[in-house]
Amino acid sequence: MEQLSVQTSEKQKEYLISCANVNKWFGKLHVLKDVTLDVKKGEVLVILGPSGSGKSTFIRTINGLEEIQQGEITIDGINLSHDVKDIEKIRKETGMVFQQFNLFPHMTVMKNITLAPIWVRKKPKAEAEKLALELLKRVGIPEQADKYPGQLSGGQQQRVAIARALAMQPEIMLFDEPTSALDPEMIKEVLDVMKELAKSGMTMLCVTHEMGFAREVADRIVLFDQGEIVETGTPEELFDNPKNERTKLFLSQIL
Amino acid sequence: MDLNTEVKTELAPTSPPGVKLGLGTWLRKKLFNNWYNSILTLVSILVIYFMTKGIVTWLLTEADWAVVTDNFKLFMVGQYPLEYLWRVWLSLVFVSLLFGLSAGVWKGTILHLSSVLVIVMVIHTLVPFTSTNTKLWLVGCIVCVIGGYLAGPKLPKQKPFVLLGWFISFPVILFIINGYGILPKVSTNVWGGLLLTLILSIVAIVGSIPIGILLALGRTSKLPIIKYFCVIYIETIRGVPLITIFFMSIFMFPLFLPQGLTINNVVSAMIGATLFTAAYMAENVRGGLQSIPNGQREAGRALGLNPVQLMYFIIMPQALRAVIPAIVGQSISMFKDTSLVTIVGLMDLLGIAQSVKSNPDYLGSIMEVYLYVAVIYWMIAYSMSYGSQRLEKNLGVGKR
Repeated sequence: MEQLSVQTSEKQKEYLISCANVNKWFGKLHVLKDVTLDVKKGEVLVILGPSGSGKSTFIRTINGLEEIQQGEITIDGINLSHDVKDIEKIRKETGMVFQQFNLFPHMTVMKNITLAPIWVRKKPKAEAEKLALELLKRVGIPEQADKYPGQLSGGQQQRVAIARALAMQPEIMLFDEPTSALDPEMIKEVLDVMKELAKSGMTMLCVTHEMGFAREVADRIVLFDQGEIVETGTPEELFDNPKNERTKLFLSQIL
Repeated sequence: MDLNTEVKTELAPTSPPGVKLGLGTWLRKKLFNNWYNSILTLVSILVIYFMTKGIVTWLLTEADWAVVTDNFKLFMVGQYPLEYLWRVWLSLVFVSLLFGLSAGVWKGTILHLSSVLVIVMVIHTLVPFTSTNTKLWLVGCIVCVIGGYLAGPKLPKQKPFVLLGWFISFPVILFIINGYGILPKVSTNVWGGLLLTLILSIVAIVGSIPIGILLALGRTSKLPIIKYFCVIYIETIRGVPLITIFFMSIFMFPLFLPQGLTINNVVSAMIGATLFTAAYMAENVRGGLQSIPNGQREAGRALGLNPVQLMYFIIMPQALRAVIPAIVGQSISMFKDTSLVTIVGLMDLLGIAQSVKSNPDYLGSIMEVYLYVAVIYWMIAYSMSYGSQRLEKNLGVGKR
């Protein structure tokens, strides 16, 4: 037991996220097949793949929004088991940004951002609000603090969602197709925020279809197809010199 | 060329072109545009004419409002003893003050409702049939509404203060009216008229909302015992007519109580009405819970909120807001359904109407009695409906 925890902590130094042989089924459908993946601290990992390939499901297993049936996921030394306490701990460490923003429509932007810091992190309200304003400045919309999400454009809403996730001061940020529901002219403003975040050294997992973003920002790209990892590599390796046939096929369809 | 375009843009109409019809054209176009519409129009005019004529003649010449004026006290409070009537008045003064304060603090809807209240009270002060005593109390109430309206904005911490007032108003009023032995007790059995109708419906509405929320949460619970208890409760109650519940709670339930323990009829009716409405409220709330997109839950969970926080901050506020119309509809319906207690022998507003009209002194004044009662029901029900419509609008701020 003692030894095991030492081992975990040593592994943790190297890898912030460590997934081993993750398997998941929806009913009889095998959506994740033996996924093994480790992510270092500060690494920006982009997950590509055709739709239905399990990439969104995978990213959602990392903060326990989807349960896995087999395998092991360890985040920052905490094992993502069925223990509710552990899952809540992990959720404090991971921020998530959704395709549909999922802001709380009945709260102002400020309340959206400060809710979790106040009630989960137990921060004093004044401190949480100060942090929220800083984050809003960071994502470029400090003047929107008192508006309701419904009064903002899609791009602004997604930037608020990023600020909301950052307000928990997470170790890891998960992005689940953050620009897929946006109008084309708003995609850039969200990607710019994400690029800035990547440069600041945040550990990021992004599911996206933005190839330009992937090429520019990713340290490593993972290609999913039919629930398994087909190929892993740096953007150069993957885009310019793909080895796997399925990667080639996917790239030919999308580029 | 350039100039031309600019001029054109400036002259372009900013509103859609509307055609104003003259009266004659309007009539011809809307009411007499072909032969069957013309016949329909003529028939309608005849029907409206005869109805209006009948109603106006009856109101002006035949109606004898003595039945209402003579029994005014009965309609309002039933058999409530005269010597303790000041307690009802005191409660009314208290409520008037709260209405006034709220009107001053919030303006808007509650100001409209308070104005209606004042108008009704002024009318009752001016009509000749009310006693001097009544008039004095009514003037007191009116002064309270107006005074509250003026004083409201000057209070420190106005909103929490007034809300607290409303919150304690119900137990305080029940205490004043009942006495519970501290003041001389006035048994619920002699409560009647509008007083009983109001108290019965307020107990049922106020009590059923929290129970309904709990039942709705229980029904969505993952624990089978809780879930099935709630499902069975809701479905049983919804499958039984309200009047049956009243019969059971008043006549059957006491049979099962241990000897010596008795519950009086009004309390039984209150419990019955509350439990009945709770089942419907639960279904309304459940509808609201289901209308919240799953993304909201996921976002809350991803932020690390625990299930209670998730429910309290994210799901419940949105769910309840979505079902305000349904909840108010249920409340209005409960308010009107309290009239069923007449059948089990309680003297609510309708019960009094029944007994007054069978009094031989007032033979033949059924119309006046029922019209009066109907107007009272309508005014209160419509106020609730109006309030809810405005509330919805005001809460619509953050709607997506």
